Amino acid sequence: MKKAFALLLAVATLLCCLAGCASDPATDTPATSDTPDTPATSDTNDTPATSDTNGSNNTFVIGGTGPLTGGAAIYGNAAMHGAEIAVEEINALGGIQFKLMYEDDAHDAEKAVNAYNTLKDNGMQIFLGSVTSAPGVATSAEAYADRYFYLTPSASSTDVLGGVANPLTGTVDIARKDNIFQMCFMDPNQGDASAQYIKDNNLGTKIAVIYKNDDVYSTGLYNSFKNKADALGLEIVSTTTFTTDSQTDFSVQINDAKDNGADLVFLPMYYDAASLILTQANAIGYAPKFFGVDGMDGILTVEGFDTSLAEGVMLLTPFNADSTDPAAQSFVQKYQERYGDIPNQFAADNYDCIYAIYEALTKAGATADMDHATLCDLLIQQFTSPDFTFSGLTGENMTWNTDGFVSKSPKGMVIQNGAYVGMD
Amino acid sequence: MLTFLNHLISGISLGSVYAIIALGYTMVYGIAKMLNFAHGDVIMVGAYVCFFMVSSFGLHPIIGILLAMVVCTLLGIVIERLAYKPLRQAPSLAVLITAIGMSYFLQNAAQLLWTSNYKMFPAFFTFGGKNGVSFFDGRLNLSWTTIVTILACLVIMVVLTLFTDKTKLGKAMRACSEDKGAAQLMGINVNTTISVTFAIGSALAAVAGVLLCSAYPTLMPTTGSMPGIKAFTAAVFGGIGSIPGALLGGILLGIIEIFAKAYISTQVSDAIVFAVLIIVLLVKPTGLLGKQIREKV
Repeated sequence: MKKAFALLLAVATLLCCLAGCASDPATDTPATSDTPDTPATSDTNDTPATSDTNGSNNTFVIGGTGPLTGGAAIYGNAAMHGAEIAVEEINALGGIQFKLMYEDDAHDAEKAVNAYNTLKDNGMQIFLGSVTSAPGVATSAEAYADRYFYLTPSASSTDVLGGVANPLTGTVDIARKDNIFQMCFMDPNQGDASAQYIKDNNLGTKIAVIYKNDDVYSTGLYNSFKNKADALGLEIVSTTTFTTDSQTDFSVQINDAKDNGADLVFLPMYYDAASLILTQANAIGYAPKFFGVDGMDGILTVEGFDTSLAEGVMLLTPFNADSTDPAAQSFVQKYQERYGDIPNQFAADNYDCIYAIYEALTKAGATADMDHATLCDLLIQQFTSPDFTFSGLTGENMTWNTDGFVSKSPKGMVIQNGAYVGMD
Repeated sequence: MLTFLNHLISGISLGSVYAIIALGYTMVYGIAKMLNFAHGDVIMVGAYVCFFMVSSFGLHPIIGILLAMVVCTLLGIVIERLAYKPLRQAPSLAVLITAIGMSYFLQNAAQLLWTSNYKMFPAFFTFGGKNGVSFFDGRLNLSWTTIVTILACLVIMVVLTLFTDKTKLGKAMRACSEDKGAAQLMGINVNTTISVTFAIGSALAAVAGVLLCSAYPTLMPTTGSMPGIKAFTAAVFGGIGSIPGALLGGILLGIIEIFAKAYISTQVSDAIVFAVLIIVLLVKPTGLLGKQIREKV
């Protein structure tokens, strides 16, 4: 009996190991045939997918991965919904048609690569990348090797684009992947812009920063914020960190900020940790100004969260759901009708992604029978061309250059009466 | 000085949460001699049950906690019956692996049932609109949650000690823990005794879940896993199997963690906590209050 059980366990362990390995060949082969100029021909399903889209020859297949389940599901679903609305609007116009496919990556790099391979098998021609940064770093490397045009709505890490020097060491760790572009602010730009905004509006003189030092997004923002704050002469009086494992008790970090007399606390992190910090600061009666980043978006929709705790929290985000701009109003209305929610900036960013691709395809005169590598070259040409500017929900006259990041200006928002209100 | 006291209080309040989880671990280990790694996830289930009873059905928190205890007790019995009992004669490694599997099963089941979106646990322990007492113009704060958690720890520790020392069932448990074979020869039903131990451990988990989420209110399917591992550390630190040891280990672990963060570095606090654990175990392998059991040949 014991022996039989031990054998069973051994077999189970072996199977687990094999299951773990199974994804490796799939992820490794494209990387080894690293010839960016030729399309990957090994995959028989790799031909354009016009065959399975009711015979029309002007349907482009666009794919994307995002966390549709798991802790970051709020971002993935918002992004997918934003893209769905844009695709529906464009298809209603006639002319170029889009078919949208989304695969779940659960905010996990390995699952994202599997999701990407599924999209490839299903005939994807243009890739919206991943919604969050860690999967984005993995899928961008794959899409670079396979020559799929990649425009991510919100994977903001510099490692997604590559070619950006690490601010601490000054070296470029990942070479630039020329077909990868971002619709959101790159992390350093957001950190810079936050410091600039605080300085310009005299929001605080003594600043505390709490960041998550095992997270690429949070540390990236912190490094650039600190560089810029030093350059601007803002005084950072307290810098403390936490990790995924110690993400329960923030009393030390909050007390440190309080004891050093900080009047503004900068929180470059996602809203899960931020909501705990706001709760615990309130419990000890500490009420500085809190300044967040785009990861703070979503805090108001947490079930059971006392929104009065977030009253007065400021954040920089490119999209304002209360905007009077007619395009934004129409988008918010459609989104609310379909999904019963107010769209956040992830939805708006992805809506813009679809429209930017649409404009670039139209300008380039692309047709749906082109394969993904041809489309990739055409789109890169458009996005890096000096006459290509795009105006959408998240900014006017956005431009891209060969570095891949977007130039647009962020909007300051403040939470009032449980809703986001523009500060300007 | 005030800062020091504030850190001490934070340490005690974090430690009391570890301690109450560690009590469940140590109880089951002491008697069934198995590490129930699913304990942290039973805690999570307890917190969810209480959350839905209170916020969706509008029941009084006390009723919510009692219902959570009932649900967790049943869950504990079912887990024990389905996953651990068939392996009673198997090597202890097999049971350990099963417990880890059960832990993942519970996490993923919770994700399917309740989605992975965060829920904010409501604040139960407020008296007169305040969530704590403060001294020196609010420079020193002690929350009601901390006070309740420490009191609950002490009460549970005393009751458990009395239970295992004085009652017939408690004596049967101690007998099983010392020698299963001999206990069976003496007419003790070992299987029932171990099942009862699991039931008690799971009821404690429900209480721990509610107190954990009252102190640190983000509730999600993985809420129990990290505190569960830290509490396991606390139980080993205090001497696994020893009930007062779990309390002492939990509180000390909390204080060390907070002081390491406050006075050394927020970056390496976890490394320091576990380094202390290694040193303690090198010097005293049975933990602070653990008993050395000599085997006579």
